[in-house]
Amino acid sequence: MGGSLPQVSTFAGPIDSLYNVILIVTGVAFVLVEGILIVFLLRYRRRPGQKAAYVHGSRQIELAWTVGTGFMLFLLAIYQYRSWIDAKLNLPDESQAQVVRVSSNQFEWNAIYPGADRQLDTADDIKAPINVLHFPLDRPVVIHLESVDVLHSFFVPALRIKQDAVPGRPGRLWFQATQAGEYEVACAELCGLGHYRMRAFVTIEPQAEFETWLAEVAARQQ
Amino acid sequence: MHSAEGELSFWRKYVFSTDHKVIGKQFLFSSLFFFIVGGLLALLIRTQLAWPWEEIPVVGPLIYGEESGNILLPERYPALVTMHGTIMIFFFIIPILSGAFGNFLIPLMIGAKDMAFPRVNMISYWVMVPAFLVMVASFFVEGGTAAAGWTSYVPLSARPDMIPGSGLGQTLWIVSLLLVGTSSTMGAINYVTTIVTLRAKGMQMFRLPLTIWALFITAILVLLATPVLTSGLLLLLLDRTIGTHFFLPDGGGQVLLWQHLFWFYSHPAVYIMILPAMGMASDIISCFARKPLFGYRPMVFSIMGIAGLGFIVWGHHMFQSGMNPVLGITFMTSTMMIALPSAIKTFNWLATLWRGQLHLTAPMLNALAFVSTFVIGGLSGIYSAATPVDIFIHDTYWIVGHIHYVLFGGSLFGVFAAIQYWFPKMFGRTMSDRWGKVHFALTFVTFNCVFFPMFILGERGMPRRLADPYNYNFLASLQPLNQFMTVSAYALALSQIILFANFFVSLYRGRAAVANPWLANTLEWTTSSPPPLENFHTAPVVHRGPYEYSSPEVSEDWLPQDRVLGGAAAD
Amino acid sequence: MTHTTATHPTPTWEGIKTVKFAMWLFLASEIMFFTGLIVAYIALRYSTPNWPVVRDILNVPLVALNTFILIISSVTMVTAYDRVEHGDHKGFPNFLLATAVLGLIFLSIQAIEWTALMGEGVLPATSIFGATFFTLTGFHGLHVTGGVIWVLWATRKAFRGGYHHDHLGVELVGLYWHFVDLVWIILFTIIYLI
Repeated sequence: MGGSLPQVSTFAGPIDSLYNVILIVTGVAFVLVEGILIVFLLRYRRRPGQKAAYVHGSRQIELAWTVGTGFMLFLLAIYQYRSWIDAKLNLPDESQAQVVRVSSNQFEWNAIYPGADRQLDTADDIKAPINVLHFPLDRPVVIHLESVDVLHSFFVPALRIKQDAVPGRPGRLWFQATQAGEYEVACAELCGLGHYRMRAFVTIEPQAEFETWLAEVAARQQ
Repeated sequence: MHSAEGELSFWRKYVFSTDHKVIGKQFLFSSLFFFIVGGLLALLIRTQLAWPWEEIPVVGPLIYGEESGNILLPERYPALVTMHGTIMIFFFIIPILSGAFGNFLIPLMIGAKDMAFPRVNMISYWVMVPAFLVMVASFFVEGGTAAAGWTSYVPLSARPDMIPGSGLGQTLWIVSLLLVGTSSTMGAINYVTTIVTLRAKGMQMFRLPLTIWALFITAILVLLATPVLTSGLLLLLLDRTIGTHFFLPDGGGQVLLWQHLFWFYSHPAVYIMILPAMGMASDIISCFARKPLFGYRPMVFSIMGIAGLGFIVWGHHMFQSGMNPVLGITFMTSTMMIALPSAIKTFNWLATLWRGQLHLTAPMLNALAFVSTFVIGGLSGIYSAATPVDIFIHDTYWIVGHIHYVLFGGSLFGVFAAIQYWFPKMFGRTMSDRWGKVHFALTFVTFNCVFFPMFILGERGMPRRLADPYNYNFLASLQPLNQFMTVSAYALALSQIILFANFFVSLYRGRAAVANPWLANTLEWTTSSPPPLENFHTAPVVHRGPYEYSSPEVSEDWLPQDRVLGGAAAD
Repeated sequence: MTHTTATHPTPTWEGIKTVKFAMWLFLASEIMFFTGLIVAYIALRYSTPNWPVVRDILNVPLVALNTFILIISSVTMVTAYDRVEHGDHKGFPNFLLATAVLGLIFLSIQAIEWTALMGEGVLPATSIFGATFFTLTGFHGLHVTGGVIWVLWATRKAFRGGYHHDHLGVELVGLYWHFVDLVWIILFTIIYLI
């Protein structure tokens, strides 16, 4: 999935492979159903003087495809629990992770980093320039997602993360980046006339470079 | 039977009529009008996505006007998206399925003279008219129409200062939907009562055609889901008018509460928009396969299953909403379950074709297109149901493709089939089958050219409702594909002219229809085309199920529900 | 109107009257409407950190009395139906009238309660508590108002002998009235008691 988009977080592998599994399962179902439809259309075209089969159904056949399909769907459901729990429920310990507050408003993203005290909402918080977000490589990042006005949605396609920023209800999401580079953030929830240009950039860089950048931002802030 | 028809004035006969057939036609014509409006809005959306911010030759100045420089302004794009969705869903698909076909078919197919409450039925249409007017009026108020999406997510829709359309336009939107809800609820009470109490003698519940079963279950869904939307809309209206803060966090309100109330209605509403089409397609497929519907009872139970599960899957619209992720697991599981009855229905349609004698008429082709595109719609839903994949494809063009494969590919092909199938009964004339096939072929091809690429866009991560996706680097390369889709959309729209021309020309010039042109079994075909004022010349008595095609008991390949065989009725 | 009712000669479903069945469907949709409001109330109440202590703001004894009045009105309504069923065409209109009067007393006391609250600055716009309180009791009050009008209309018809042959109309208004009463008992419990 993602077409030309790189896979730059630990989620990308499981999500993309789940997509491929579903692609195979639904692909087979699609080919079978449409194939049978086309074969039947050709095979059972009206022939003058002939009557159709007088069949009302079959308990065995109904049972077979109900149980078969139900079993497939059940397997698919079970198969994905793990990735969902990893992505949304098993948040890493914040003392071990890089914590960032991402605050959104019409039509910009703001990243706020804890200062030396490693606590948000203190005097030494570091506010990055608008629409500029930096995150360390190979280290869990926990985002405290907020919105001050309307709904926005923090979508970083390359990282395979997306979550709504809900006013009045701060949320958390996390990821661990696996590849350095600059990636785009898009707003994925209609938020007003400037929704289409609510774009930001995420820079993933090694921890040392990330710290240098953060120090520069902090220095400029003084 | 009194020949009252002659005594009725023009107003009584065509305007304030209590005859379910006239009311059905009123719903048919008004919803077809809004199909055109919604379609034109879609073309404006597609044009913007192909050539953003460019002046449209000739049309541009007319639509967007001098003061905006003849081009679409950024604040109008969300309005276009909002009104396209709202009009197509609330003014086209729901009214044409339940309003037009529900009204026309229920009394005829169960063998009743009319609805249980003809006057309530009339009022349910005349409550829709102010809804139409209020919504149309919102195009002309300051700030324009509502612009917070057809879902009207708060706080965008609750705070007038957040987007231009969130002024009077949004308030009118709410008022209009409250009226639509009232109309739907009145209709639903009428339909359920009629089907339960006014069935002809011998018409047991398990002898009802699937069209009626589908409309019956749909009406129950409307009855139980719509009031919840009404409560949500009223709370939103209070937030906007008297200053309450139900949905405004700065006053202690809850943003997600709106989403729960909205989707508690709007997920069942998705089935309100597809179940009747499923029912009608089942009847049409069985008729033109000249073969009993395969698995009648499993088909009925699947409809019930879809409706029942439909009430516990609403949260799958909210996987990425910040809702508790544990709920996500529950909703994902129930959503996977709901795929099962849909799959069963598809298998039964296929099995109905097996060893049939297929008559590929225009209605049949459209019904088969319904099946084949609904398969894509259904399968694409599995990706969205899979919560981890949904993290990526949520709110992208994937979901736009999915909903259009279900609602255009599914419901709309069902509607095309139904219009052409029941046209002779409705108007006493026949539509051209040849032009019907031309329309079908063009629509089927262009439809897939417009909507299949949406899955590619979604898979690339293109968010929906973006006025100009190409200022993102990762989307810039998608413009040619979007241009192809837009050109296909123009072709799709032009193809509909064939349908409308066929419809209106046939209305006046079509071949006169006999009572039972398709040699079908259900009761509506036992009366004249069009039926008289109280439908049946003598009250029908039903002796068998609706799908006795190619029965060995008779030499013909059809056996109407009311025919008496031999000496003893096969009761 | 040439055909206002389309009663089929041989309805399949024997035993239950069409209008009564429709009334039950209508009440089902009404239940869903109030469910929406009540769910909103519960969600908002449990997400609001400092929900006021209701006994301090609301006049619980007065409203308990009001609840009692509404319950009594259901009793008079049941009696009215019982009397008409047993052919007491003279007596039953009085019980309908009593029901309407009790309904009016309920509304008056609610108006007094509302006025007092607004006087204390509890308004729909000032707090979530005010918003939910006035919305829930307000929509219920509208239903009572509709009920009172319907009962009064039925009373007038009853005094004129309108139910001599068919007392379905009394049953319908009774169903609606009991429904409104039941909703109030739920609202009273969740707003005033819990």
